[in-house]
Amino acid sequence: MTTALHSPYRQLAIGRRRAEIVLGLHVLAIVASGYVVLGLAKGPTLPPDLAFIAGAIAAMYVAVHVAIRRFAPAADPTLVPLIAFLNGLGFIAITRIDLARDTNFARIQATWILLGVAVFIGVLVVVREIALLERFRYTFGLAGVGFLLLPLAPSPIGRTINGARIWAALGPVRFQPGEVAKVLLVVFFASYLVDKRELLARGTKRIGRLHLPDPKHLGPLFLVWGVSILVMVAEKDLGSSLLLFSLFTTMLYMATNRSLYLLGGFGMFAIGATVAFNMFTHVQTRVDTWIDPWADAQGKGYQIIQSWYAFAAGGIGGTGLGLGSPDKVPYAETDFIFSSIGEELGLLGSLAVIATLLLIVGSGFRIAVDSQRSFNQLFSAGLTTIIGVQSFIIIGGVLRVIPLTGITLPFVSYGGSSLISNFAIIALLVRASDEAAHRRVAS
Amino acid sequence: MSSSIRRVGIGIVVLLGLLATQLGYIQLVRSDDLNADPANIRLVLRDFARSRGPIVTSDGTVIAKSKRSNDDYGYQRIYPDGPLYAHITGYQSLRYGLAGIEREYDDTLLGKRFEIGFNDIDAILSDEQSEGTVVLTVDSGAQQAAADALAGNRGSVVVLDVKTGGIVAMYSNPTYDPNLIATHDPAASEAFYNSYRDDAANPMRSRAYRERFPAGSTFKVITTAIALGLGVATPATTYPNLLELELPLTDHKISNFNDAKCGGTLAVSFRDSCNTTFAQIGLDLREAFARGVEDFGINASPPTIDLPEPMVQSLGPIRGSYKTDAPSFAQAAIGQGPVSVTPLQMALVALGVANGGRIWVPHLGHELQDNNGNVVERIAPKLYKTAMSGAAASALRTMMTEVVRSGTGTRAAIPGVQVAGKTGTAQQPGGAPHAWFIGFAPSETPRYAIAVLVERGGDLGDDGTGGKVAAPIAASVFTELFSRSRP
Repeated sequence: MTTALHSPYRQLAIGRRRAEIVLGLHVLAIVASGYVVLGLAKGPTLPPDLAFIAGAIAAMYVAVHVAIRRFAPAADPTLVPLIAFLNGLGFIAITRIDLARDTNFARIQATWILLGVAVFIGVLVVVREIALLERFRYTFGLAGVGFLLLPLAPSPIGRTINGARIWAALGPVRFQPGEVAKVLLVVFFASYLVDKRELLARGTKRIGRLHLPDPKHLGPLFLVWGVSILVMVAEKDLGSSLLLFSLFTTMLYMATNRSLYLLGGFGMFAIGATVAFNMFTHVQTRVDTWIDPWADAQGKGYQIIQSWYAFAAGGIGGTGLGLGSPDKVPYAETDFIFSSIGEELGLLGSLAVIATLLLIVGSGFRIAVDSQRSFNQLFSAGLTTIIGVQSFIIIGGVLRVIPLTGITLPFVSYGGSSLISNFAIIALLVRASDEAAHRRVAS
Repeated sequence: MSSSIRRVGIGIVVLLGLLATQLGYIQLVRSDDLNADPANIRLVLRDFARSRGPIVTSDGTVIAKSKRSNDDYGYQRIYPDGPLYAHITGYQSLRYGLAGIEREYDDTLLGKRFEIGFNDIDAILSDEQSEGTVVLTVDSGAQQAAADALAGNRGSVVVLDVKTGGIVAMYSNPTYDPNLIATHDPAASEAFYNSYRDDAANPMRSRAYRERFPAGSTFKVITTAIALGLGVATPATTYPNLLELELPLTDHKISNFNDAKCGGTLAVSFRDSCNTTFAQIGLDLREAFARGVEDFGINASPPTIDLPEPMVQSLGPIRGSYKTDAPSFAQAAIGQGPVSVTPLQMALVALGVANGGRIWVPHLGHELQDNNGNVVERIAPKLYKTAMSGAAASALRTMMTEVVRSGTGTRAAIPGVQVAGKTGTAQQPGGAPHAWFIGFAPSETPRYAIAVLVERGGDLGDDGTGGKVAAPIAASVFTELFSRSRP
């Protein structure tokens, strides 16, 4: 008889948590060195309170580790060190821009990290089983759509900032409901699609050689597509609508394994985007500056050209932390944070970020594939898609691979709503991976 | 479902790979040309964020320095005696970039050129700056004396160190104030720059090496050197006493100053600056004259000086044109006709005589120091041309000494030190003649060579001659240089 202490699950858990500690120490060493280098670049002494804040953030990750030990002991050991690396790099980049501009974003970001960690631990405690979420699918779905539309509410609640109406205010707290909505909508979509995937995949109606599903099963999907377009139109938030759209389309494809949905989905997006391009000048502007930013180098193309200059100034090895001029790129702490990293840490630094994102995405899909229940599979894959696609949209934007749409770079950009929802996403992936480990060693 | 999840996973990996490819394109392939893009102020900003080292004269006067600025940039460049050294220092401007020594020795001033050694780790970790100092060959006293002596008249004074080619003074009127271009206020900087640029007198252009003028009789030094070198004449060769010399192939004549009769031995003709004698020599030399001037740098590529804007080429009699245009050789022999020279070029001619025929490449940099005052590089003298034999140089030295002792250049004389030289009064259509003086001192063991140009005769206008207007300026500058003992 094997005791609990020597069960295969326990063994796996011990090994994985040890790996997490070792990886975490590496991250701590890298981030702490970066922090010290940044301090020395600006003067012989480090700002003492900021050093304290950096230490506090490290302590928070220790709390995350302890929470995982307690509530999801056999979870994947790479996710938390990877997000800690991105988070630490982002914090350094924000501190860097604070130094140049005399702003205080880093301190506020530290508070958001604290809240994010609290949400992470909270999610692990409350969501003891992924299956719990499935029960509340319509609640989550409705809440998701509600959050998505919240910025459109009248003035005391909905707010327009920097031309995009993506903010909501509840009392003194301002946040971007879209960031919350994306997580809620993944729950709804995963459970709805797992339920209906047989019907959707097989198709009950036949047109020529194509088998199409009954429109009533597709109804809720079209509803959300509609909302996604509405977001694009009304909130001028191109990035979020592109993200939600990609999310739905890929989840539909993953659930049904029919490429028809993938093609159809992107076909619909193409039609929607073309209509939007012809109807709205802000969409035209985005596309025009993407095609030729130099046509209006001092105006509309300014951001993207400055971003390219920043990357070019970095070259291979970067200018060194504190030695570049990342503050010359507008919105350097949010949309263009990746340009700051590319400038001061060079190609090596920017590729490190890409590699980290690859590893996170890889871990996420691995958790999805390892999961036994269909819902867990689709849910984990959906969450991972959010991280991957969102990163692609913003990095592709600042690199001019695709038109620029303002959206945060997960864990790196300054911004509370995004940080908190991304911590929740990782907490859910951690939960899912612990369940996958349970079942793997049990079978 | 696993297979479709894997495919989406691969799709996202491909997308991220696309980003990595684009990163490589921007940060590797396009990096250099984006960094060099004139519209990219990033590198300029970086330079403005760092203190630059000072530019100092050989006697330790700081003529350019950095001061912390209370704006976005970090440091403001200050030129304490701006207009006096403007054509030397240049400026560091946000809008117009770098000019002059600021540009030429940018790496040193920013401290970029110094290898960082193992022992310097303290310096890197501390707040210490690594900028270097550029020490010039320029002497602040001589530079000030040159400006004072020109007294606002348009023209130029160039003084060279005979032993090294170092530029001891180089001042031109009109000049400009580099502080007005270097200001961080973009509107002011642009307004001043435009007003200087649109000024017909072109104050931002150094007349010393960027403008040409007819040389007048100072060119006779070259004519004489070539004739002596080829044995066409000796100091004792006698030339007829003439009112004017008829030129072949035309009915043009060359007359002497004040339409006087002039002539005698070469030495006497030189002392009295007889046009008829030297025009005859120019005709006698034929093509050898056109070949000979190249040994002085005329019609040749000018020396590469340590300033970003190159020295313009000086012009003389055209090779191969004697057959078709012999009168131009007579004209050139007295510094008229095709002759058009820069004051720096004429200072080099004087230096050649003073230095036994050997002409150095002129330079402004004396030594480059790191931030601890250690000399990193000392600029060594470099030979530009061997213009004449030692014997010819020696003969010319005697003749030039006589010019100041008893000829046209007596006003260049100073007490205690024998000056040697040659005056010139160069005709140019459009106004009074230009007044010239080139020479060196002390005549026996020369230390400084000089060229003085006063455009259109200065205050005296049509009455201004090289002897009356330019020679006294040379005397003032020599007086300053020899008034204190120097190393």
